[in-house]
Amino acid sequence: MRIDCPHCGERGSAEFSYLGAADPKRPAANASAEAWHDYVYLRENPAGPLRELWQHVHGCRQWLVVTRDTRNHLVLGVEVCRGRAV
Amino acid sequence: MAFCQSGPAMGYSIFSLIRHALTGNRHWTPVWRDPEPKEFYDTIMVGRGGHGLSTAYYLAKEHGVTDVAVVEKGYLGSGNVGRNTTIIRSNYLLPHNTHFYEKSLQLWEGLEQDINYNAMVSQRGVLNLYHSDSQRDAYARRGNAMRLAGADSELLDREQVRAMVPGLDMENGRFPIRGGLLQRRGGNVRHDAVAWGYARAADRRGVDMLQNTEVIGIRVEGGRVKGVETTRGFIGANRVGLAAAGNSSRVAAMAGLRLPIETHVLQAFVSEAVKPLVHQVVTYGAGHFYISQSDKGGLVFGGDLDGYSSYAQRGNLPLVEDVMESAVQLFPQVSRLRYLRQWGGVMDMSMDGSPIIDRTPIEGLFLNCGWCYGGFKATPASGWCFAHTIATGTAHALNAGFRLDRFATGAVLSEAGHGAQPNKH
Ligand SMILES: Cc1cc2nc3c(=O)[nH]c(=O)nc-3n(C[C@H](O)[C@H](O)[C@H](O)COP(=O)(O)OP(=O)(O)OC[C@H]3O[C@@H](n4cnc5c(N)ncnc54)[C@H](O)[C@@H]3O)c2cc1C
Ligand SMILES: [Zn+2]
Repeated sequence: MRIDCPHCGERGSAEFSYLGAADPKRPAANASAEAWHDYVYLRENPAGPLRELWQHVHGCRQWLVVTRDTRNHLVLGVEVCRGRAV
Repeated sequence: MAFCQSGPAMGYSIFSLIRHALTGNRHWTPVWRDPEPKEFYDTIMVGRGGHGLSTAYYLAKEHGVTDVAVVEKGYLGSGNVGRNTTIIRSNYLLPHNTHFYEKSLQLWEGLEQDINYNAMVSQRGVLNLYHSDSQRDAYARRGNAMRLAGADSELLDREQVRAMVPGLDMENGRFPIRGGLLQRRGGNVRHDAVAWGYARAADRRGVDMLQNTEVIGIRVEGGRVKGVETTRGFIGANRVGLAAAGNSSRVAAMAGLRLPIETHVLQAFVSEAVKPLVHQVVTYGAGHFYISQSDKGGLVFGGDLDGYSSYAQRGNLPLVEDVMESAVQLFPQVSRLRYLRQWGGVMDMSMDGSPIIDRTPIEGLFLNCGWCYGGFKATPASGWCFAHTIATGTAHALNAGFRLDRFATGAVLSEAGHGAQPNKH
């Protein structure tokens, strides 16, 4: 599996570390316990395209949003992760 | 009795084996039926892996619930029950886990008599190596927790390990082996035979096995489950139990549920056959690696998850390299072996690394999932507890901690303490 880093070019997945789904949005600090539970624990876990957070730890160290098909590991798109706390 | 018949109605014995051997093994008959789906069952199990099968069996045996169908999208053993590395053990730390897995080990010990099937339960011992003082302390604590829960454990020093597993590289420069935590009652079980044995035993108690029948919807009316939509039509039921392992999130989503689960890929490997090298299951304490040897002589080994969400049932090369490096660190002589086969399975990784056996907010719908990479050893106790939960509507004491709402209440069960990060468990 290879990921095309916008800064470094196409690199093997072993250069990156994985955090998980990119779409759960961090609730406000005073949000309900239920909202925090949803954010921390519940996942869509789709069989198909998934937007996820990878960090190029052995390269530019940027956080990336990688869209990848979980059925066949095809990388469908890579963007730099901007304007959000990871 | 007809000389050559040994159909579903008859048990296996040394006499039936001899009889069939003398007639060239030409007269064995299918050991379970292939029935047409009925319109309605009291209880439907979704997923015919180890857990769906054992649940059906214990529903019939322990609770007299025999109007049961087990619905499977593929063939018997196509999921993780036929893909795992067959290790059984009860060497956990947290009370809910130790008691549950110890129950499972006890059920394994009586399983072959119970289901009249040779599952090749081999209590060859599971040895977890330690490589530092702090790791020894952690294993001593774990061993004590195991004994408090009624399981067996022994803390071995370096010389005891050397004598027990002569092939190990004890003096590894980076991670010398200082000793190990041994559970003698742990070991291996032939995984396919577990699926076949439970399928046959459940079939004989009247359970219908429906293969090539994919569940594509779950019908819920007024907060109550009514049955399942399948590729062979709608089948009604009073109760539906989900045991779909790596596909749990997808099946639960059919009933509108979101689960604390991510699906990840785990790989395993088998080498060419060699003379006896490892008589136990040995795990590496300084890397994620474990190894045992099959009766045919192949070394069976595996390691960590690949580390990313996957439904592909196959992994990638970095993990292969990592596993091979660990193998050579422990047993340098295997560097000259070739590996024959490699495969992957999709794991239902829960957010705290422990399983879920519980009711759901939908009346009549029950959930069994979150087995991570350790659900094979759980097969008997999982089915036993899930059958209890389905039949009585309440959890047994043994699965009382495996609640779905524990993530909301804060009563998580995390052996590793890594937080809600499934690729780290
Ligand atoms: C490489 C590897 C090594 C492992 N090693 C060990 C080990 O040494 N020890 C240990 O304890 N555990 C181990 N495990 C984990 C263990 O195999 C699993 O936790 C356990 O098998 C899961 O339960 P199961 O047997 O019921 O799953 P499965 O056999 O996967 O059963 C689930 C079934 O549900 C079916 N299904 C899914 N969706 C649908 C649908 N919509 N309709 C109908 N049917 C559906 C699937 O086809 C599948 O047959 C390992 C797993 C892997 C992959
Ligand atoms: Zn980069």
